[in-house]
Amino acid sequence: MAKITLDNLAHSYLPNPQTEADFALKALNHDWVDGEAYALLGSSGCGKSTLLNIISGLLIPSQGRVLFDGRDVTTAPTADRNIAQVFQFPVVYDTMSVRQNLAFPLKNRGMDAAEIARRVQKVAAMIDMEAQLDHKARGLTADAKQKISLGRGMVREDVNALLFDEPLTVIDPHMKWELRTQLKKLHQDFGHTMIYVTHDQTEALTFADKVVVMYDGRVVQIGTPQELFERPAHTFVGYFIGSPGMNLFDAQIDGAQARICDVTVPLGASYAATGRTQIGVRPEFIRLSSGDAGIPASVRRVEDVGRHKIIRLDVGGQIINAVAPEGSEVSANTNRITFAPEGINVYADDWRVTPQGAAA
Amino acid sequence: MNKTVNQKAWFLILPVLILVAFSAVIPLMTVVNYSVQDTFGNNQFFWAGLDWFDDMLHSDRMWNALGRQLLFSGIILAIEVPLGILVALNMPKKGFWASFCLVVMSLPLLIPWNVVGTIWQIFGRVDIGLLGYTLDALGIDYNYTQDTLDAWITVIVMDVWHWTSLVALLAYAGLRSIPDAYYQAAKIDQASRWAVFRYIELPKMAGVLMIAILLRFMDSFMIYTEPFVVTGGGPGNATTFLSIDLVKMALGQFDLGPAAAFSLMYFLVILAISWVFYTVMTTLDNRDGK
Repeated sequence: MAKITLDNLAHSYLPNPQTEADFALKALNHDWVDGEAYALLGSSGCGKSTLLNIISGLLIPSQGRVLFDGRDVTTAPTADRNIAQVFQFPVVYDTMSVRQNLAFPLKNRGMDAAEIARRVQKVAAMIDMEAQLDHKARGLTADAKQKISLGRGMVREDVNALLFDEPLTVIDPHMKWELRTQLKKLHQDFGHTMIYVTHDQTEALTFADKVVVMYDGRVVQIGTPQELFERPAHTFVGYFIGSPGMNLFDAQIDGAQARICDVTVPLGASYAATGRTQIGVRPEFIRLSSGDAGIPASVRRVEDVGRHKIIRLDVGGQIINAVAPEGSEVSANTNRITFAPEGINVYADDWRVTPQGAAA
Repeated sequence: MNKTVNQKAWFLILPVLILVAFSAVIPLMTVVNYSVQDTFGNNQFFWAGLDWFDDMLHSDRMWNALGRQLLFSGIILAIEVPLGILVALNMPKKGFWASFCLVVMSLPLLIPWNVVGTIWQIFGRVDIGLLGYTLDALGIDYNYTQDTLDAWITVIVMDVWHWTSLVALLAYAGLRSIPDAYYQAAKIDQASRWAVFRYIELPKMAGVLMIAILLRFMDSFMIYTEPFVVTGGGPGNATTFLSIDLVKMALGQFDLGPAAAFSLMYFLVILAISWVFYTVMTTLDNRDGK
C-alpha cells in the first residue's frame, strides 16, 4: 500500500508533441492518498485509461514523474510496482483451470503452496466461483471470465494499489451490484488504494470516497460526490454528473445579479466574472411558476421516470430540464421559471467562479 | 409448412457432379481398375484380384521408401514448426518493417517448385554453386550427388527454406489476433516470458498451428518435384521418397498394376494419418473446453 504521487505528469502518444492539443493527458499534479477509493470518471477518450496505464507502468509518460511513497517509479517495469489491474475485457489463461488462473499471480511471486491455496479459496468465495474452481477457464461465460480477472486482481493482499479499468462493462446488471459491493468490502477490509475507471456516474458515485472527473485529457475536478453535485468546478462536471445534467444559461454577471433573457436574476452572492459568462442551475433547483416573476418559459414535454418527473422547457429557444417530485402536478399555465439562489453556480469560460468573500 | 416438391432442382447440382466426376472420381476409379489387373502389353488386361496389394505389402522397396518418407516428414516438421514460431515471435508487430518482413517471408512461397529445385541444385554444386564451392573452399567435404548425408541435408535445408515461411505466416496471424490486454494482464501478474508464451501465445496459436502442421505434413509426404530436380532420388535410392518411387514404377518401368496398388495405399496412408491427427487435435481441444 502506498501513496501515489503524480508530479507534473503528462502524456502524448505522438513522438514530438508541440501544442497542448497533442497531449492525451495534460499536465497534472495529484496525490492519491493511501487507502482511499477513487473513481476516475469521464467520457470515452478523455485520458482515463492512459492515466491508469501510466500508474501501472504499462505506459511510460512523456513528461513528469510517478512516485510511490516518494520513490520514483516513472520508468520502473510493471512487475516492480506490485500493482493489480483489471481490464475492461476479461483476460483469462485459457488452458488453465479457474484455480490455476487465480493462483497464477501468486505462483509467479514464488509464494508457498499452502498460502496460495488459502488465498485462492478466499477469493473464490468472494467472486462466488468455489464450485467451478476445477473447470477449465476456456469454456466459461464472459462474466464468469471477468470475475476470474477480478479475482486475479484481488488475490494479492500486499499490492500498492488496485486499478480497475471499467471492469464491470461486460457483467450482468444484478451481478454488477454484487461485485461492486464485494469491491467496497475488500476496500474496507484491506484498505488498498483503489482507482476505479468508469464512465457510469452511478458506479463512480456509489463506489468512491473521492471522484476524479476528467475531461479532454485534463482533471477538471476532484471531490466527494456531494461536492460534484453542488459545486461543479467545470461546466462539463455539471453536465456529466446528474441525470439530467446541469442547465447552462448565457448570462451577464453584474455583482450579485445576472441578466438572462432581459430578466434580472438574484445570485445570492457577489461575483467578479469576465469572459464568456454563464450560470449553471441543476434541474433540482428550478421552480416552475406562472405570473410575471422569473424567466419566460414554456413547457414542451413532461417525462415521468418513476421516482420523479422531468419537465422539458423552452427558454428563449433553448431546451432546459427541470425536476419535480413524483406526484406533483405540472400546471398547464406554467410560463415562468425561477431559481433557488443556493443552487446557482457562475461560470466564466466554462470554469466556476468563486463568489467574492467566500473560501474556494 | 408444406414443402414445395420440385425434382427438377436436382439438375442444379449436375455441373458440380460432372466436374467432380471428371476431376476426381473417374481418375481414381481408373487407378482402382489398374490395381486389380495385370497386363503384358497390347492393351490386354487380366484379372489379378488383390495380388498387387499383397505384393506391395511384402515389397522391401515400398517399405524402405515409406521409411524414408516418414523420416523426411518428421524431420522437416520438427524443424519448420518451432522455427516458424520463433520467426513469428520475432517479427515486428506493425509499421513498415512488419509489411517488409511479410513480403520477404512470402517470396519463397511464390517460387514454382521446380525452380526451387533448380536453385538449390545449382547452389549446392561444388564446381559452380555458391554454397557448394564455398564449403569446398573451406575444406568441408560436401557433395550431395555422392554422399547420402549431404543429399539429405541439402533436401531438408531446401524444404525448410521453402516452407518455414508458411508456418511463420500462419503463426504470425495467430499472434496478431491476441488482444494487447492479455500481454498487459500478464505483466501485471508478473508472468515470465516463457509463461506468456506457454499460457497466452501458444494456446491462441493452437488452431493455426494445427492447420500448419497438417498442411506441412501432407505436402511433405507427397513431395516430388524439388528432391527430384536436386538429387533425382539419389545417391542410389537415398532420397527416393514415395512419390519419386511411384513415378519410377508407373512411368519408368510401366508397371501399372503394382504402381496403382502402391498409389492407393499411399493415398490411404495420408488419409489415415491426417484423420488421426485431426481427430486427436479436435478431441484435445473439446476436452479442454469442458
